[in-house]
Amino acid sequence: MTVTLAATDVAVIGLGGVGGVAVLPLAEAGMDVVGLEAGTWLSPSDFAPDELRNNYRGWPQAAQKANREIPVHRPNASAPDSPRGSVHPMMNGVGGTTLHYWAQSWRLNPWDFRVVSETTRRYGAGRIPAGSTVEDWPFGLEELEPWYDLVEREVGVSGQAGNVNGTIDARGNIFEGPRAREYPMPPLRGTEFTELMAGAARRLGWNPFPGPAAINSETYDNRSPCLYHGFCSRGGCHVEAKNSTAVSTIPKASATGNLRIETEAHVTGIAVDGEGRASAVEYLNDGETYIQPARVVLIAGYTYENVRLLLLSTSGAFPNGLSNNAGQVGRHYMTHNQRAGVLALFPHELNRWYGLPAQGIAIDDWADDNFDHSDLDFIGGGNLWIYSDQRPIEAASMNTFGRAPRWGSQWKAFVMQNAGRWANSYLQKTTLPYEDNYLDLHSTITDPLGLPVCRVTADYKDHDRRLASYIQDRMEAWFREAGAIETVRQPIGSMVVSTHAYGGTRMGDDPETNVVDRYGFSHEVPNLGVLGASVMGTSGARNPTLTAQALAWRTAEHLVANWSTIGG
Amino acid sequence: MSAFLSRREMLKRAAAAGAATAVPHSALAQGLSDADAAEPFENLTSLHARILEAVVARLIPSDENGPGAPEAGAARFIDRALGGVFADLQSLYAAGLDALDAHARNTAGQPFAELDEDQQDAVLVDLERNAADGFTPDAASFLDVVLQHTVQGTFSDPHYGGNRDFIGWEMLGYPGLRLAVGPDEQAMDAGSQTTRLSAYDLPMFDSPDGEGDSP
Repeated sequence: MTVTLAATDVAVIGLGGVGGVAVLPLAEAGMDVVGLEAGTWLSPSDFAPDELRNNYRGWPQAAQKANREIPVHRPNASAPDSPRGSVHPMMNGVGGTTLHYWAQSWRLNPWDFRVVSETTRRYGAGRIPAGSTVEDWPFGLEELEPWYDLVEREVGVSGQAGNVNGTIDARGNIFEGPRAREYPMPPLRGTEFTELMAGAARRLGWNPFPGPAAINSETYDNRSPCLYHGFCSRGGCHVEAKNSTAVSTIPKASATGNLRIETEAHVTGIAVDGEGRASAVEYLNDGETYIQPARVVLIAGYTYENVRLLLLSTSGAFPNGLSNNAGQVGRHYMTHNQRAGVLALFPHELNRWYGLPAQGIAIDDWADDNFDHSDLDFIGGGNLWIYSDQRPIEAASMNTFGRAPRWGSQWKAFVMQNAGRWANSYLQKTTLPYEDNYLDLHSTITDPLGLPVCRVTADYKDHDRRLASYIQDRMEAWFREAGAIETVRQPIGSMVVSTHAYGGTRMGDDPETNVVDRYGFSHEVPNLGVLGASVMGTSGARNPTLTAQALAWRTAEHLVANWSTIGG
Repeated sequence: MSAFLSRREMLKRAAAAGAATAVPHSALAQGLSDADAAEPFENLTSLHARILEAVVARLIPSDENGPGAPEAGAARFIDRALGGVFADLQSLYAAGLDALDAHARNTAGQPFAELDEDQQDAVLVDLERNAADGFTPDAASFLDVVLQHTVQGTFSDPHYGGNRDFIGWEMLGYPGLRLAVGPDEQAMDAGSQTTRLSAYDLPMFDSPDGEGDSP
């Protein structure tokens, strides 16, 4: 049986990191908003400090839509599928993956918006790698700054500013673009280990600073400060110090009375009317099919889900998927080059048993174009990050640095001595989009409804490998300066399914090469907006969430300001 | 309630529960610890259980440095999970343990559980090097799965049936669960008082549905 619901002004598909932000300006402007979320509400009682459940078993207490449609990767169009992951990198739930993410909340640097023009100006157009489809963003950092500022305050971000209106503060990131004011909270505290690393960086002539996080360093909006208990990585916060949209923007939007939240709503398609406008969202809930008519539809899933939903929504007007008559849906895909890390072994205890992934020290000296690339064979760079965070299973799974086998008495003796003496690093590096890295629908693998899952065709290029090797050299030097006695470089692997997936519905002025315009609305379907990192054309060298949230807020405000035009 | 046990209390608790750690090593290797003998495995056959107990005893041995996977109950942890989150791995375990035992008979002339430790290690090294037939997809992949699950069963929250008496956490020097951690407890040589708690000893947390609540 199909139930057709009363029409609403705006239907938002997904109440995670971006949908959960966009509903606030819409609801505050008085629009009737329906939020369709595949997951349920979760609360602090769901957020036990349990490494096995959080980090190895894919959140069995949450709704499992995502885990029933895990994308399938292959390195290139003629290669067989790679082994499929058993857990989706993201989760469903009101708040989405902001419930359990690391919460590192970076602004992009100015260069990330102008990769083509800045590279051409400084080094010549020939330095853009062959086969890359990279474009400049349709605007620069200065355009997005007010929304970064808004989200930092409405969600709650702690950090140390490095550039307030052009005044550089060496306690923060001296390479960041100008910001209007300080962060609303001071940075999270450091540890003796992170201070050890900061001191080593200074001796190398680098500029260490604490990174920004959507985690409270002090009481904020009546929510607790962080208690540093060590179960933040893929763990929800038991005191609501992690500022997921479930505890920040969504409750504020609900308080207006203008947001209706439908949980366990499994969206299967977007319908169009005779004029090619989005007219309704179709979803399943507890065996029933619902049609939710809406004047405007905002897609706010993760990158894979945004692309998949568009490609599944075929119609006479859009036979190859909604907003895909130019063939751009799924193109310009990339995942952050997060792999190729470095591990280090120290001759003394580090005590990384407590803390959180966002409690650390960053180095931006080797990111973006913050260093001279004249004599290098790549563009872009990497942000180096060390932090205090490890749990027992992870510690027992440590690399043995060639000093012990993988099991047995020698292994046990090694781990008993060294479980608390090793550190990893998180090296986020520039990734560029390429012609032959893309998303589409899988030809045979489906979800339980019989709908094809998203297929990822993507691999790292030699350019990515050269860049990764250069950044790993810096990370090894940093660990050695801090006293490490062994370092190990981790492989880059292939460009598999990731928590940092970009592109597929890229934003840009040219409708021939971009799915959405500079405000996030479809070039082909004027009342369809797309939120999330799927609109981003470059990765930067840092976590995407704050940028995706700032863009989402901007798209929502654009809709409010242009309601009569866009809403029809 | 007092959430945290002192180290002294913890040691007393471990001693009280110490029958398992006092079982002779040879008996452990054969899966005959007193606690284990008392209750049958839930999902593995007794033959497969005996092989698996012998395998985990070599992966994380009980040795001069203290107890290991046998005392932590890693095989029981795997057995319990095979009735739940590992249900789709039941045939992988059954076939893999059969192939492992066949390799032991072919190369050393005895079932795996009957071999001495050096012979058992030689069989496991053969698996690690993919020098053993009859595995799907291959021997090294099977050993990886068992090793990963043995580590989980030794070092995870004891709620799931492994890490009995916090043997795994003690092995690592993990200072234990705390809901709030102060700056001093993050010093490199903090030497924090050890706590020994399951997350689900804390009443504020709901246990995961169907995940090891009851056997």
